[in-house]
Amino acid sequence: MNKVLLGLLLGALLGAIDGGTAWFTPSVRAQLAGIIVGSTIKGLIAGMAAGFFARKVNSVPLGILFGLGVGALLAFIVAYMQHGYYLEIILPGSIVGMIVGYATQRYGMTPAPTR
Amino acid sequence: MRHLSDKALTRLRAGEKFPDLSGTRYQLIGQIARGGMGVVYAAEDETLQRRVALKVLEVPGAEGELASRLMREARVLARLEHPGIVPVHDVGTLADGRVFYTMKFVEGQRLDEYLDTVESIPDKLRIFLRVCDPVAFAHARGVLHRDIKPANIMVGSFGEVLVMDWGLAKIVAPTGGIPQVADATLYESAQPVSAENDETQVSVTTGHGTVLGTPGYMSPEQARGEVESLDGRSDIFTLGALLRFMLIERSPRGSVPRLDKSLEAICAKASAEQPVFRYATVQDLALDVSRYLDGLAVVAHRESIFEKAMRLYRRYRFFILLIATYLLMRLILLLVLKR
Repeated sequence: MNKVLLGLLLGALLGAIDGGTAWFTPSVRAQLAGIIVGSTIKGLIAGMAAGFFARKVNSVPLGILFGLGVGALLAFIVAYMQHGYYLEIILPGSIVGMIVGYATQRYGMTPAPTR
Repeated sequence: MRHLSDKALTRLRAGEKFPDLSGTRYQLIGQIARGGMGVVYAAEDETLQRRVALKVLEVPGAEGELASRLMREARVLARLEHPGIVPVHDVGTLADGRVFYTMKFVEGQRLDEYLDTVESIPDKLRIFLRVCDPVAFAHARGVLHRDIKPANIMVGSFGEVLVMDWGLAKIVAPTGGIPQVADATLYESAQPVSAENDETQVSVTTGHGTVLGTPGYMSPEQARGEVESLDGRSDIFTLGALLRFMLIERSPRGSVPRLDKSLEAICAKASAEQPVFRYATVQDLALDVSRYLDGLAVVAHRESIFEKAMRLYRRYRFFILLIATYLLMRLILLLVLKR
């Protein structure tokens, strides 16, 4: 599996799970489906970005930092659009970004260079 | 009449022992090492203007068994072109009749000395794998080393690992990955090598043949002089003993590390008393060591569920910690914010 595909799949999976944890917050339970979809898309974007980054840069610390940055930025945008829940959205979003950044650096294959 | 001083006499006696390289293209620099069969000197190749190692018999004469053994060693080395085996440049006979051959001059340290600077077990295992490589290559070419030990392994200044001293090597026929003895009489008529030059090497005549090797490293069948039954697994036994030495006996600051069960099992399987219980080939041994390095299960050890869980934890430790951090953070958010 290549790094971009790995990033996409892992980002989507973790994003969906992260969105699903909104069920534990009764005040937003009604919008759970929308949150899961949004969070999944956020994970997909973060995963794809981390996958492309891992193809260009071979460094686990930099991969983690990049994932953290992208995850935090996307989560901030979502929280800004929500007008609230900054901590609940940005903190887990950042960690999901870190996980995807790490995973894409350690696992997945880089395509062979073409002539 | 003027008398020579004791100092001058000592120097003259020492000089007498040095080989006479007149008539060759080599200029003697100094002695490097002394083995059971001959002495290795550093010499300058005046034609190519490079430093070489020159191995010469201590005993004069080009007809004896030792001379033919040295020539055979040179030929064995010549047929083993591998980055982990020191290449032979030249063979010849000195003015006094002594046979010599020259080989690449290796700058570096003996493995036992080099290990003093290596602390981590994975680094030691990676060095061990680089020892396995030329031995496996030699087996594929039908050559058994028969004397693998730390003193016969050099680590060069660029980290290259070279297996040296193929003086006890045996030519065998490679069959199905396990070299089998094809010419059991190849060395068995050789005169026992005097142990006085190399304390670690023994030579004992038995009912079967001449025992050549190093106690603590040679396989039981080699120690019994069962030359006919020697095959690649004899070197595998030796590699197992070497691995144990590298991991346990040669530890910086005198500490004795506790090996985990997988590594212990690899050593035990390689050095099993019966050849049938050892790894079949050097590649199999190297593969098991590589598996250990990659955090995979090894063939030599059947692990329990707990051991498997611990191995997987070690392998994916950071990933597991990241997930755990996420879950913990989620739990904290849930408990603290409660909205």
